[in-house]
Amino acid sequence: MNTHPMKLKIDGVDVECSEGSTILTAAKTVGINIPTLCYLEGLTPYGGCRLCLVEVSGTNKLFPACATPVASGMEVTTQSPKLHEYRKMVLQTLLAERTHICSVCIANDHCELQTQTNQYGVDHVFYERNWSCNEIDSTHDFLVIDRNRCILCTRCVRACDEIEGVHTLDLKFHGKNTDVIMDQDELWSKACSCTSCRKCAKVCPVGAIYVEGENIEYTKDPQVIAFIVERRKCLK
Amino acid sequence: MVDNKILILPVTRIEGHAQITIYLNDDDTVKEAHFKVTDFRGFEKFTEGRPFYEMPSITSRACGICPVSHLLASAKACDQIVGIDPPKTAVKLRRLIHMGQMIQSHALNFFHLSSPDLLLGFDSNPTQRNIFGLIEREPELAMRGIRLRKFGQDIIEKVAGKKIHSSEWIQPGGAKWPLTQERATYLRDSLPKALDATQKTLNMYKQMLDGLQEEVTNFGNFPTYYMGLVTPNGNLEHYDGQLRIIDPNGAPAIECIEPTKYPDIIGEAIEPWSYMKFPYFRNIGYPNGVYRVGPLARLNIASHCGTPLADEALGEFKKIGKNSPVQSTFHYHYARLIEILFCIENTKRLLTDPDIQSEHISAKAFVNNTEGIGIAEAPRGTLIHHYKVDPQGMVTWNNMIIATEHNNLAYNMAITQVAKKYVKKRELHEGMLNRVEAVIRAFDPCLSCATHAIGHMPIDIQLVATDGTLLDHKTR
Ligand code: SF4
Ligand code: SF4
Ligand code: FES
Repeated sequence: MNTHPMKLKIDGVDVECSEGSTILTAAKTVGINIPTLCYLEGLTPYGGCRLCLVEVSGTNKLFPACATPVASGMEVTTQSPKLHEYRKMVLQTLLAERTHICSVCIANDHCELQTQTNQYGVDHVFYERNWSCNEIDSTHDFLVIDRNRCILCTRCVRACDEIEGVHTLDLKFHGKNTDVIMDQDELWSKACSCTSCRKCAKVCPVGAIYVEGENIEYTKDPQVIAFIVERRKCLK
Repeated sequence: MVDNKILILPVTRIEGHAQITIYLNDDDTVKEAHFKVTDFRGFEKFTEGRPFYEMPSITSRACGICPVSHLLASAKACDQIVGIDPPKTAVKLRRLIHMGQMIQSHALNFFHLSSPDLLLGFDSNPTQRNIFGLIEREPELAMRGIRLRKFGQDIIEKVAGKKIHSSEWIQPGGAKWPLTQERATYLRDSLPKALDATQKTLNMYKQMLDGLQEEVTNFGNFPTYYMGLVTPNGNLEHYDGQLRIIDPNGAPAIECIEPTKYPDIIGEAIEPWSYMKFPYFRNIGYPNGVYRVGPLARLNIASHCGTPLADEALGEFKKIGKNSPVQSTFHYHYARLIEILFCIENTKRLLTDPDIQSEHISAKAFVNNTEGIGIAEAPRGTLIHHYKVDPQGMVTWNNMIIATEHNNLAYNMAITQVAKKYVKKRELHEGMLNRVEAVIRAFDPCLSCATHAIGHMPIDIQLVATDGTLLDHKTR
């Protein structure tokens, strides 16, 4: 890896980091937290949810911190009224896209979308809500997917591919028709590549993939991915 | 012939929204009254396609006053779907949390909603006739009410973690977390005060009864069938047991059948003017198969309560009916107080049970049956949850009969009776209005989840001729 140090400013703080770092990881080194949803340490950044948008001086464009590499001389702003509004908008679109009724959701109180929503004070959705009505697939022995709650962050897809290495999960279609599928769009019980490792359920930030009959707080363990990645490095 | 109707909407100090229409005859006497529910909620429809284990959580949202009863009826239906009996501690904890529900809901009705009428008078100023007026005039009684309600809520909170909508605690096959020593002790320590408050109130109420004979006679005082759950030896039961129906003379009409057989005895009719169903007793047919459920019905059908103080009170209560059931709807209040007494004694029994703190509280299984029926006695009466699921456990069909619906035919009879007595010459006076409301409140209907316990919700009364002419209109 190229160790040539990069120097930049994040929220006025001088940061030095290695080339190839992202704005998100660079910010972390100086204790600046940028909100994320699709990002998960240990997985390839996807840049899908846009919650981590930041401002970079010299351009009007907003950049996803999780997927934008740092450059020397960059001046990054992670908190501003404009960003706050954008993030609220992102959260509202996620809520509007499918059927999110926290009070009766299995992930109530243990949901990353809900946490962010609370943090940003999103108490109303100002977009027309699209009440999705997908069938729930609970054909697997113990895993269930309720696509009505999926925010298409692809954490499950990446965990299944990059960490478990079987790539059972993927996305089909585009735009509002996008959905997580198993193998060739099979029922989960028919997806023979699935090893039933539960990583997808551990990383899902919402209540879309879960283990039937298990308290969600026991299932959820997104940090396990970073842990596995570290352990594998040690083994090399 | 000219039919006139008087419309009272909405009724204050009951849970939810309702509208009352009183139809007059040509000679201005009251013909009949209709109690209408005009909100459509659709729980039975929108739960289709959801996994069965979400049902306790979703259906308990039907009501903010008695969510625990929904949780239990729903969890019991789910127990049947997974085909297992929960461990005995889970059953005892479920019973315990239900005692909390009963106490808090009955206390809410008696102290917050009904006492203002009983103590301040039906004809007193409506701006004063509420819990605040009560606090001013009868501070000790109001405090007792607040204390009892808190005790009920404390039980719910200590067992399940939250005061309302504590759905995460329950699960098919049992419950998710046990009762800690500290929480059990807290509840045990609160028992004496709760018992004292109940006994004092019951004594006070018994003394007041003489002065309330007019209401007793005219508030839905008519013979009907009664239905509820009883223990295998015929005692008062709120969580499990068997269904019993007695006839208006108190003789058994249906003796202790398995609750899952409810469709054989209960028919469900609908009327175009209300979103609420009209359940009826099949042996008699519609619309004459009127039966009542709830505290009055439970005390009428139970041979005993099974706890010493409540049994003593029940003995006295039964004397009112001589050798028949107690028929006046007004006595729902009395029955409610006796039930609070029973619940407190039973709470004590449960809290001192050596099993109650066991950690073995859940049994796990997946879908084994594609149908489940869960029945419990909610504060307002028999609550039925009946689900059908596909082999994956997704709900394909859902039928819920709530207590308020069982009493639907009886409401109409009761309101008609009150209206006949108090509606005179096309005139609506405050006392009549509030008596029509009060008779409904005696049943303690829970029409949805909104609470209008306090404050001044406008009542709009219209006197309309069949041709649509507005003859009179009063708003308060
Ligand atoms: S259980 Fe493991 S292998 Fe199966 S889909 Fe989930 S992540 Fe992939
Ligand atoms: S199922 Fe969960 S982890 Fe997978 S894409 Fe949807 S929200 Fe993300
Ligand atoms: S966290 Fe960066 S785009 Fe989702």
